[in-house]
Amino acid sequence: MSKDNQILEEFTSREYEHGWSVDLEADEAPAGLNEGIIRWISSKKEEPEWLLEWRLKAFRNWLTMIEPEWANVHYPKIDLQSLKYYSAPKQKNKPKNLDEIDPELLQIYERLGISLNEQKRLQGIAVDAVLDSVSVGTTFKVTLSKLGIIFCSFSEAVKEHPELVKKYLGSVVPINDNYYAALNSAVFSDGSFCYIPSGVRCPMELSTYFRINAANTGQFERTLIIAEEGSYVSYLEGCTAPQRDENQLHAAVVEIYAAKNAEVKYSTVQNWFPGDKEGKGGIFNFVTKRGICAGDYSKISWTQVETGSAVTWKYPSCILKGDHSVGEFYSVAVTNNYQQADTGTKMIHIGKNTRSRIVSKGISAGHSQNSYRGQVQVMKRATNSRNFSQCDSLLMGGKCGAHTFPYIDIQNSTAQVEHEATTSKIGEDQLFYCNQRGISTEDAVALIVNGYAKEVLNQLPMEFAVEAQKLLALTLEGSVG
Amino acid sequence: MLIIKNLHASIEGTPILRGINLEVKAGEVHAIMGPNGSGKSTLASVLAGREEFEVTEGEVLFKGKNLLELAPEERAREGVFLAFQYPVEIPGVSTTNFLRTAVNQVRDYRGLEPLDAVKFLSVMKEKMKLVEIDQKLMSRSLNEGFSGGEKKRNEIFQMAMLEPTLSILDETDSGLDIDALRIVSNGVNQLKSAETATIVVTHYQRLLDYIVPDFVHVLFNGRIVKSGTKDLALELEEKGYDWIKEEVNATSV
Repeated sequence: MSKDNQILEEFTSREYEHGWSVDLEADEAPAGLNEGIIRWISSKKEEPEWLLEWRLKAFRNWLTMIEPEWANVHYPKIDLQSLKYYSAPKQKNKPKNLDEIDPELLQIYERLGISLNEQKRLQGIAVDAVLDSVSVGTTFKVTLSKLGIIFCSFSEAVKEHPELVKKYLGSVVPINDNYYAALNSAVFSDGSFCYIPSGVRCPMELSTYFRINAANTGQFERTLIIAEEGSYVSYLEGCTAPQRDENQLHAAVVEIYAAKNAEVKYSTVQNWFPGDKEGKGGIFNFVTKRGICAGDYSKISWTQVETGSAVTWKYPSCILKGDHSVGEFYSVAVTNNYQQADTGTKMIHIGKNTRSRIVSKGISAGHSQNSYRGQVQVMKRATNSRNFSQCDSLLMGGKCGAHTFPYIDIQNSTAQVEHEATTSKIGEDQLFYCNQRGISTEDAVALIVNGYAKEVLNQLPMEFAVEAQKLLALTLEGSVG
Repeated sequence: MLIIKNLHASIEGTPILRGINLEVKAGEVHAIMGPNGSGKSTLASVLAGREEFEVTEGEVLFKGKNLLELAPEERAREGVFLAFQYPVEIPGVSTTNFLRTAVNQVRDYRGLEPLDAVKFLSVMKEKMKLVEIDQKLMSRSLNEGFSGGEKKRNEIFQMAMLEPTLSILDETDSGLDIDALRIVSNGVNQLKSAETATIVVTHYQRLLDYIVPDFVHVLFNGRIVKSGTKDLALELEEKGYDWIKEEVNATSV
């Protein structure tokens, strides 16, 4: 065995930082999945009849579907009947504002470094905090509402803005889109809702922080972002979960609608519990994210830093329907120990002069498997559309794998599609060079990895780019001897 | 400062160094010369702590400490600097960022306060003049797309920033044109002091016109077979290495 491998062999992953959980009295649905449970969730949330019908339709569709097996991931079959589909922390009275939120819940978020106290919050970021199945609080609602921006939990949106929810829910990801999206449509419990009116540039970052606390519970959240003509919003999503021996399922759906000249930036820093060093436990992260550039000159940009989860199955995509619309996907996916990730994007060019850009950086260490799967589709009337894809893989050690599955489907001869791919290893030469300048091996790995991921990290809002850099270093800490 | 006693080292079981003895004192410049494959670069690598070489015998003392027991980064922090023959590229990491990490880790080890961004940049500006390095290179990825000359200048610039007590230049002259050679040597000469020492590893005498050595050693088959003053280098330039080989072979028979 070469020295290179030997160094990388000495793999000890650092303990997951957010692995703790809190005993909360919870209002839970009984385990199991059937129409009764769906009615139970819907009535618990005091939903209108149309939404219950929508859920049931999704459920009936789901019953006819089979679990997808095409992804390059392997995991034991999930017993969906053993899961609980709703778990909400009991709050004595429904809080009317942030001051009334149960201090115990606030503490959970404080401990995660997320303050729901508006005075303490950094200026410029509004947060919706989702714990297990429900949103526990949203900050800066008043400030935002002055501009006509709606930023609230999904449940609240159903009550306060049913016309918007009804119009857009399922318009980008239809209920029968795929197995997990259908399941989500049937049982989703909460999530964030965001509406930016015409011509408004949202003055602060909007963010949702997802936390799974309860055991044996699936989290099925639903996010809907609507950007009206000429508006702009930058949205961030963060996630953590306690360390448990069992796998937990997280099957979310995110839908984005961008009207003419609108721009939506959606950034994710995903740090779900990845399982332990032997690959035990961890979150199954089966997520459907899609945006539609419905209007001309609209733009949707996905940026993701994926460091957590035992298994990830996720393809944030753009439907470029409006002429001159732009879709972007920037991704850093890190896998360590026994993590598996199959992630990428779909860029569907429908409008004329549409452009898309894909930059994917995979980093594999330990025994992990990291796959990029991307589809670029140019439809018949998408004249002069252009795509540029770059897929880079970085390997650390000799026991991990990196895979690339690009699919290209061009139906218009004026299209220009470029695909570049590279695979590299962190070399002993690079590490030695850093060491010789006095830099410790651990810091050298962080430096090299951050350099490699720079193009993607640069897309994140400043403050989060710093966080993401630290997270990358942390995920790979101990990955070299 | 540096005492090497009977140093043996091998790579994958093949012995390369077969008993090196050398003492380097503060203020001195030593040149290590020798034909290709004699073990010159291996000696430089072993001193810097490259792990693919296995030290099988002997000891190395640096400022009284057992150098061979220290990890490469500890050796660097103690003051050993190696100017690489082939500097590596690190994409996405700017030279500035790289050096700031290095300088502050070294300072921390030496019990000094870290340099803040402003201080760091002003020190950098000052040292950049030494090797006439272009400011533009500082914001580019480390060594990526640098010309051969730029890489070597960058090595000496890093040396200036890290302020080592022992600098080892591994074939720093290879791939340099005459102007770059003059600039690089000039930088090295300005960094010399009564407290520091330099080991220059080179195949050719030409570098030694600029960096004048106090001692010249000829390495052959993993041993120092001849030592002398700078006149020895001139003699080698004139006569080549063959006569040394013959001499060695004659005595070993």
